[in-house]
Amino acid sequence: MTGTTGGMNENPLDLLPEVLLAGSAVLGLLLGAWLPRRRQWLVAALGLAACAAGIAAAIRRAAAGGGPTAAFDGAFAVDAVTSTGRVVILAGTAVVLLLGLAPFRGDARESEFHVLVQLAALGALMLAGAQDLLLLAAAYLLASVPSYTLAGFRKDAPGTEAALKYFVTGALLGVVMLAGITVLYAAGRASAYPALGGELPRAPAVLVTAGTVGLLAGLLFKTGAVPGHFWVPDAVEGSSPPAAALLTTLPKVGALAALHRLAAVPLAGTRMPWDELVAVLAAASMTLGNLAAFFQTDVRRLLAYSTVSQVGYLLLPVAVATRADEAQRALLFYLAGYAVTNLGAFAVVCALPGARTLAGYRGLLRAHPGLALSLAVCLLGLLGTPPTAVFLGKLEVFTAAFDGGYAWLAVLAAANTVASLFYYLRWIRPAFATAGGPGPGPLVRPAALTAYAAAAASVALGVGAGPVLDLLGGPLAR
Amino acid sequence: MTAPVLTALVFLPAAAAAALLCLPRAAGRRVFLLTWAAVSAAVLALTVALWTGYDHGGGIQYETHARWIPSAGIGYHVGVDGLSLPLLALTAVLFPACALYALRETRRVREFAALFLFLETTCLGLFASLDLILFFVFFDLSIVAMYFVIAGWGHPGAARAAQKFFLYTFAGSLALLLGFIGLYLAADPHTFDIVALAGENPLAGRSGYGALVLLAVGLGLAVKTPTVPFHTWLPPAHTEAPAAGSAILAGVLLKMGTYGFLRIAMPLLPESWRTYAPAFVAVGVVSVLYGALVALAQTDFKRMIAYTSVNHMGYILLALGAAAALGADTAAARRLAVTGATYQMVSHGLLTGALFLLAGVLHERGRTYAMDAYSGVAARAPAFAALTGVAVFASLGLPGFSGFIAEFQILAGSLGPRPVATALAVPGILLTAALLVRALQRMFLGPLRLPDSPGTPRPFPDLRAHEAAAIVPLLALAVVLGVFPRFVLDVVEPFSRTVLELVAR
Repeated sequence: MTGTTGGMNENPLDLLPEVLLAGSAVLGLLLGAWLPRRRQWLVAALGLAACAAGIAAAIRRAAAGGGPTAAFDGAFAVDAVTSTGRVVILAGTAVVLLLGLAPFRGDARESEFHVLVQLAALGALMLAGAQDLLLLAAAYLLASVPSYTLAGFRKDAPGTEAALKYFVTGALLGVVMLAGITVLYAAGRASAYPALGGELPRAPAVLVTAGTVGLLAGLLFKTGAVPGHFWVPDAVEGSSPPAAALLTTLPKVGALAALHRLAAVPLAGTRMPWDELVAVLAAASMTLGNLAAFFQTDVRRLLAYSTVSQVGYLLLPVAVATRADEAQRALLFYLAGYAVTNLGAFAVVCALPGARTLAGYRGLLRAHPGLALSLAVCLLGLLGTPPTAVFLGKLEVFTAAFDGGYAWLAVLAAANTVASLFYYLRWIRPAFATAGGPGPGPLVRPAALTAYAAAAASVALGVGAGPVLDLLGGPLAR
Repeated sequence: MTAPVLTALVFLPAAAAAALLCLPRAAGRRVFLLTWAAVSAAVLALTVALWTGYDHGGGIQYETHARWIPSAGIGYHVGVDGLSLPLLALTAVLFPACALYALRETRRVREFAALFLFLETTCLGLFASLDLILFFVFFDLSIVAMYFVIAGWGHPGAARAAQKFFLYTFAGSLALLLGFIGLYLAADPHTFDIVALAGENPLAGRSGYGALVLLAVGLGLAVKTPTVPFHTWLPPAHTEAPAAGSAILAGVLLKMGTYGFLRIAMPLLPESWRTYAPAFVAVGVVSVLYGALVALAQTDFKRMIAYTSVNHMGYILLALGAAAALGADTAAARRLAVTGATYQMVSHGLLTGALFLLAGVLHERGRTYAMDAYSGVAARAPAFAALTGVAVFASLGLPGFSGFIAEFQILAGSLGPRPVATALAVPGILLTAALLVRALQRMFLGPLRLPDSPGTPRPFPDLRAHEAAAIVPLLALAVVLGVFPRFVLDVVEPFSRTVLELVAR
């Protein structure tokens, strides 16, 4: 059935990837209590299996066609956006689980880390598919609460500060988001998107705008975009690198998918200035993120600010969601490219726990040539050098912006891309320099292998984009 | 359906580079350097085969057109015509010369050889591309590869110079990309295919849109060429780069800019090109004069050659701008200008490549490029002095060398359509002649004086066999092109006719 309002579709198979991940998280929690400490890695293995099965299920569902569906009273959409979100988030979760294997091996709370990762990912999955304001609020909480814990997981001073900052910002903006939802509910007299899509165009524009701004606050917090970005550098620097990889990737994917859905379904016909608002936020995010990244010396802070600027580019297609046909395809492809490339860069950081500053990477080419090459591919990938995936993402995003009448934003994004080259090069230069320094120290092998794979995947996704791109343009559930 | 020989040619060096990186470092530097030389020689042989099989009047040949990312309008489309063939040949000639020159390289040889092989693929690929995005991919990758060449193997100040080079040319490439997107959106159906866009002429009658697209594309290409005022990245990049890197940068990478004007800006944006041609003529003339004047003021030999590049590339822009002036009476002249511009690309590539390799020889002996540190070198190193003399005289446009044919055609072709601008550009030739001869005289004649290493004067051995083997063929080719230009002109002239027909639409 196609999901119109109120259909009685409650088939749990529609949510198979989410059910699998939830199941493995709960089972992992129980297993963790019984397994001896040296076998706790089985919890991560279970999570990896759930991710693999979930990806297979999501691809099968997408390949089977049959058009978009709205499951559970229209609260959860299963369409191209959800399917892409599932594949990207689950693949990202698998990467984070792999990265977490070595640093938490034998840790007293090893299984808890793996379970929290899966729960945070589950929240991101729900964000991507939610088609009802209340479900969106629940997904927000599900994505946030495990993340707060992950940020402070190491219980050291920087971690505690990171978690506190993250939690306070999240709680504040979460409340604002709930207020926004309340206002939208009052304006549209419904919480389901299809119903809102019919009602909101007739509601007072001021009310809709106020509600949307509130809602945006929460989602921008999850994406780490300006003005909800204050937690990003501290959380990334203070938490463990695998957790930082998760915080800057998975919630972003879910929240950006949610933003796109909001723009395309309930807000599509309204008179609120969505395009202008998001365009300004995009411009602010990419510019401020870049400016702040310029003179960072800690690699994790540099990456943190780089993710803030990346969200700026990602918000571009959201701004023109209803104006340009290629917007959805551009957003989803960029998200996939960003996720794999950003995780690759964090994998390099995880692989070299001894090197925390840019100077610490001096001599990386000599010591670990494969890792140096992966780092160059990932950083130049984030920059948008062809033929990596982010290049094609940027190409599509710029095209969508031009097509949607936001040429100035595309020009600004191009200028920001040039500016970002400056700080990516600040990292690449010492890595490829020859002389001096103590060297980057020993290598964590699983993380290094993940970095190689991510770098290769980033190129492969760019070169083999043809068939992927065709799958991303499908219609949304309504 | 022919075998995809062009694709094989383009990707052969990159495959060899990947193979080299898989070998252990302990394999020894000889293995890496000789593989590099052998592979680039194989590319040269393939290119010669391509040239002999090329049909002069046949338009685009060796074409491969495959689906790549159809939903984004991107295809894998490569082919060879009268513009790309000479530049492919130039690339194929310069790389083995650099490989021979670098035979004594000792620093991280595996990476050096692999990087140059990869760079060769990007250059060949760019000149073969018939799709804007494919062009862009190779354009950007050439920048990345050259960045690593300069930063990794350059002189002490190389890191900054390499960063400046990367920032400038990358900014240019993004302007180019925005222009490409403008072309893509204007076409119906949307496509990045150069042949399809040239056929459709999507911006006909949309002068405002066309002007903006030309601004973006022109900006990107002008940075790469480089023309005044976007040339400031060039002198430091050249001064700090290793000799082989400089030779490729000036010999091949700069041509990407002017090639882009002929391949993209003129045929795809004919109306805007005609409207704004005077601006390009002006930029060309300013580059000619400014490049020559600033070169005159240099005390650093390599920097001086770098500025003469700005001067020489300025002629090309002058010719391309002059070719846009319509009128039946100037048709033959405009064809001459376009042919001369293409000829100048090849000629400048050979000569400046040779000059930068010679500058490398100088630095390897004396550890400095400062011209006043040397005097009377001809007595100590006669072969080196003789070759430098030949390169200098060829470069200043003496008849009998390729530079003469090129500049004569450019000036003769531009004089009819743009008499004033051409007259203004002529003193540039005199200035270049004066400064090159003066440098030659100062460094090679007079009493012997060489830079000291602490205590004793440095030895200054004459050219080694591998250095001569790298440089002599380049100069010999410049002589051949200067005496028997016909075999290249026969290839280029049909292209000039075609591109001018496209511009006249």
